[in-house]
Amino acid sequence: MSLEVCIKKRLGKFLLDVEFHAEPGVMGLLGASGSGKTVTLMCIAGILRPDEGRILLNGRVLFDSEKRIDLPPQQRRVGYLFQNYALFPNMTVERNIACGLCREKDRAARKKAVADIISRMRLTGLEKHRPHQLSGGQQQRVALARILVGQPELLLLDEPLSALDSHLKDQLVVELRHLLKSYGRDALLVTHSRDEAYRLCNTLAVMEEGRLLGMGGTREFFADPGTRTGAALTGCKNIVDAKKAGEMSVYVPDWGVTLDAGKPVGDHLVAIGIRAHHFGGAIGENSFPIRVVEEIEEPFEWTVKFMYETQQDGSMPVWWRMPKAARPERLPDRLGVSPENILLLYQ
Amino acid sequence: MDWFPLWNSLRIAAISGVLVFFTGILCAYYIARLPRVVKGILDVILTLPLVLPPTVCGWFLLMIFGLRHPVGQLLQQIGVRFVMTWYGGVLAASVVAFPLMYRTARGAFESFDETLAWSGKTLGLSNTFIFWRIRMPACRQGILAGAVLAFARALGEYGATSMLIGFTPGRTATISTTVYQLWRTGDDAGALVWVLVNLAISAAVLLAVNLLERKNRQGRRAV
Repeated sequence: MSLEVCIKKRLGKFLLDVEFHAEPGVMGLLGASGSGKTVTLMCIAGILRPDEGRILLNGRVLFDSEKRIDLPPQQRRVGYLFQNYALFPNMTVERNIACGLCREKDRAARKKAVADIISRMRLTGLEKHRPHQLSGGQQQRVALARILVGQPELLLLDEPLSALDSHLKDQLVVELRHLLKSYGRDALLVTHSRDEAYRLCNTLAVMEEGRLLGMGGTREFFADPGTRTGAALTGCKNIVDAKKAGEMSVYVPDWGVTLDAGKPVGDHLVAIGIRAHHFGGAIGENSFPIRVVEEIEEPFEWTVKFMYETQQDGSMPVWWRMPKAARPERLPDRLGVSPENILLLYQ
Repeated sequence: MDWFPLWNSLRIAAISGVLVFFTGILCAYYIARLPRVVKGILDVILTLPLVLPPTVCGWFLLMIFGLRHPVGQLLQQIGVRFVMTWYGGVLAASVVAFPLMYRTARGAFESFDETLAWSGKTLGLSNTFIFWRIRMPACRQGILAGAVLAFARALGEYGATSMLIGFTPGRTATISTTVYQLWRTGDDAGALVWVLVNLAISAAVLLAVNLLERKNRQGRRAV
């Protein structure tokens, strides 16, 4: 796939201003609600019209404000999976799926394609059901079948799993992953869940207040999110203001400690992040005396909130998290963290 | 007994019902998309006949289509005359019944889940298909209610009708104007007959709506 997006759109006080080139595979748009993820998808699908800019899909111009090109959604060949699946309530499963094939004029071919995808998507036996009679997972499969049967060049998935119960979610992530692979479709996935993003996407882009903060491979991004928003979205629990202290070290005023970062620190560093499970009593590096503030038991983990002995009064306690089996008899009075686990944040 | 008023009332109500059904839906659909100020102004104008006394509507219609007024004269030159004719009754009934259809249809359209239309578009469905096969069925309840209200209102129209087309037996007489005319001339028995006819028609309409609704519900449950 080659999807090039460079658009601006004003909606009231909100200004969307994004520019990116999507890599083949599944790209994730990660961001808090209201950051402009859905607006971006709607502009690509042609539901919303950007104020200016260009959208190119595989060399085809979908939108170009300068050349006054604005293809209607019907001609864009872009499939859109809505959060609520948007199945037509007055039609059966079969009819819903046939709607995705309205470009095909040959009735026999249409019938065959619909029957085909019904069996591939494990919907056999549900042909005559109406959407409200289906479970959440079945509804999602119908919605996907309806989109895939028309063979779109690009799939847009708008928080496809957020409407589901958590136990169903895990199951459907796996299913969706498998489907996206077996159909070989390029896709753009909007989500605010780091688990979904990590499991489904090859590349990630982070959005905040209508702008793109950066993008990169999913693994690299989780290893080095680079920005406060990015770190928070990847689930980093300890994000704290910091200053460059030396070539390879940072000073954290709130904690009153200077940490060895193990890598060169840029001048414009604004904060650091340390994931809660990266602390340890046995780690000798960056080890400082602490006192425990609170212990919280979770299903499979312990969360321990602690303060450094040198920590400023009134600042937020630090989170330390470990699997239940790894909890020592007595909590240590010093905690360390490896230099490679200190995330340097620049924005 | 002369059954002309029944036939006349039914054709006036049926024709204006159909007219109002389509114009009401189209206005509701397009006006919902206009900018707020324009929408507000059109809303007031189109809903006015609902709150004005029908005689005031009749007066306005006479001011426009009356034979001494420009539009009325112009229309008469091409052979169309709304004063004292049965299709003048269609005009009067339509104007009075229109807001009922327009208002209920708009309410129904506004509660429609727009993602259904959007997903239809991205699937490649034409806007016409989306309107008639997805939007309309989803809004069926409200639209049906509006249509029934509008038809019933058109059938019972008296004020504007009597002002525009008067009462001419065998030409412009409707059930409601006949009831008034018979009562006025002291023929209580004759008036009672037409009152009963009117009651029968109204009961039949409401019964039909209830049956239609139940069939719909059963149909959906059965699948």
